[in-house]
Amino acid sequence: MPNSKLKQAFESGKFVVTAEAGPLKGTDITELEEIAKILKDKVDAVNVTDQQSSVMRLGSLAVSHLLCGWGIDPIYQVTCRDRNRIGLQSDLLSAAVLGIQNVMSLTGDLPAAGDHPQAKPVYDLDSVSLLSVIQALNEGKDMMGNELKGKTDFFAGAVVNPGADTEASYELQILKMEKKIAAGAKFFQTQAIYDAILFEKFMKRVEQYKVPVLAGVIPLKSAGMARFMNKNVAGVSVPQSMIDKISKAEDKTSTGIEMCADLIKQLKGLCRGVHIMAIGWEKKVPQIIEAAGI
Amino acid sequence: MDNHYEPKVVAFCCHYCAYSAADLAGSMRLEYAPNVRIVRIMCTGKVDTLHLLKAFEDGADTVYVAGCEEGSCHFQEGNLHAKMKVIQAKMLLKEVGLEPERLEMYNISASNSVLFARAADEMTELARKLGPNPLKKARGEVK
Amino acid sequence: MIVGERKPFEQIWESVKDLKSLLVLGCGTCVAVCQAGGEKEVGLLASELRMKSQLGGKNIKIGEATIERQCDREFFDKIKEQAVEFDAILSMACGAGVQYCSEILEPMRSIPALDTRFIGVTEVEGNWAERCRACGNCVLADYGGICPMTICAKSLVNGPCGGSKNGKCEAGQDKDCAWVLIYNRLKKQNRLADLNKVMTVKDYSKQTHPGRYINEVYLKPKMEEKSAQ
Repeated sequence: MPNSKLKQAFESGKFVVTAEAGPLKGTDITELEEIAKILKDKVDAVNVTDQQSSVMRLGSLAVSHLLCGWGIDPIYQVTCRDRNRIGLQSDLLSAAVLGIQNVMSLTGDLPAAGDHPQAKPVYDLDSVSLLSVIQALNEGKDMMGNELKGKTDFFAGAVVNPGADTEASYELQILKMEKKIAAGAKFFQTQAIYDAILFEKFMKRVEQYKVPVLAGVIPLKSAGMARFMNKNVAGVSVPQSMIDKISKAEDKTSTGIEMCADLIKQLKGLCRGVHIMAIGWEKKVPQIIEAAGI
Repeated sequence: MDNHYEPKVVAFCCHYCAYSAADLAGSMRLEYAPNVRIVRIMCTGKVDTLHLLKAFEDGADTVYVAGCEEGSCHFQEGNLHAKMKVIQAKMLLKEVGLEPERLEMYNISASNSVLFARAADEMTELARKLGPNPLKKARGEVK
Repeated sequence: MIVGERKPFEQIWESVKDLKSLLVLGCGTCVAVCQAGGEKEVGLLASELRMKSQLGGKNIKIGEATIERQCDREFFDKIKEQAVEFDAILSMACGAGVQYCSEILEPMRSIPALDTRFIGVTEVEGNWAERCRACGNCVLADYGGICPMTICAKSLVNGPCGGSKNGKCEAGQDKDCAWVLIYNRLKKQNRLADLNKVMTVKDYSKQTHPGRYINEVYLKPKMEEKSAQ
């Protein structure tokens, strides 16, 4: 049975807080170590992204292992973009051996989005079947049914996008969430939320599944950032009122933190926790947590 | 320019409009450049991109397609098809290294003898300005 | 049909400019339909090559011919004699045809004039779109007739991904999200329940290449056996 710190946090009934660390391009881990020091004991777990935005970076396997060494419970993100089923299963076994206990299954952005657009995309598995594979490894078998000498013990999570903007994509997201739960997902993190009312509707729809959901939040740094996300990031919809507020603010940093904290307060009663994606602002996460009173 | 150079201009004219305009220009004794060789076709829609390329291969200095005004083609859309063929031929001429300006599309109504004469003059003048078809020089047909 | 796109002229010219003679060979089937390599296109390309060659002070002898298809050996009979008079063949067929040309007319060299793009349909003349990736394991019955392997940029069998925005794909606003299309189609067919099935992962072993499909029923009996009867 998985027994990671994150799982224990869910079981304790507390409002769970997770953050995100995105590896950089290169081998210099000083920044990562600083972020780890700041986040340690402030959050229940930290996601490590896997070649985020399809930009080639230091791997999530290595960084997750480093976080373990620095006293943080990592969530090892695995996308289906770069490795086939052989590579994925192997890396999962490697992760287990390196002490990583939480895993998150994602599809992964297209190579065209990143800095190696000529790369051949793999997508041998998808986020649903990857969860089934994790389940199999947890039971001591690979996906072909071969017995393993030593099994894994992963606490598996997945993502869901409550901001899906057409009837078709919204219904499909819910359907996919069901499939992911059937395939072994034990917790979910969402894409960034900016509308507590819409989120409440979504939570009402999925509460029947009794699986913990962590609401994703992204603190705004500027109006430009909000507009960029509205235009380019699927499922994210920053309301005009928030764009105006950050636009007019003199001290954008403290306004951004304040707005994020306010949002977390609104979301607090609706779900089991929050996932703070402070892109480039990882060191400000403790301030956000304090301002939100969580 | 070489004073032996007398431009050869080829004009594909549709029977119902441009060719009628040519006739009218004749009746009205309008003066225009004598360099134009007219090819009468029932509709400019019949012109194929290959005809346009071959005209240049055969030594034409400039070429134009003259059809009815848009919306008034006797065969509905023939002149619109011709317009696309001219665009395609211009692209191919450019690929090869010939000036795409040597080829043009005109829309001339049957009564517009003045425009017919002007087109002939314009394309002849253009041929003088651009010089002989580069293929002729490359083939040693002109000095 | 197999949709091909003529290579940029510069690229074609680079591969033929040093030849003394060249036969431009068209194909009358798929590439003729998508207006890339049929008889018409042979005429245009040959004209372009003649002009380019002359402008450079040379005079490559350019022949033109089009056969029904370059993927069936019988059709090459018509041009076999003519072909040997040339240095090389500039084939306007798809990749399969170009290869067959080299094989059947060996040691004649064949140079491709097209880039083979995909198996697709004519949405409207001038606009050809991919529909099938020849995965060898067709499951279109489960997806309302829309192929997730092909139409989904990530070939997801349990889609969509989180990048679907406004019914469009993460790859670009000009691409529809396959899964939104599948959902809407199944809705029209009253078969939304089909989506509840968890689709098993694709068996990619069927796609190892080069592929071969033999139907013994159609293999012609050996001539010796025939004459023994």
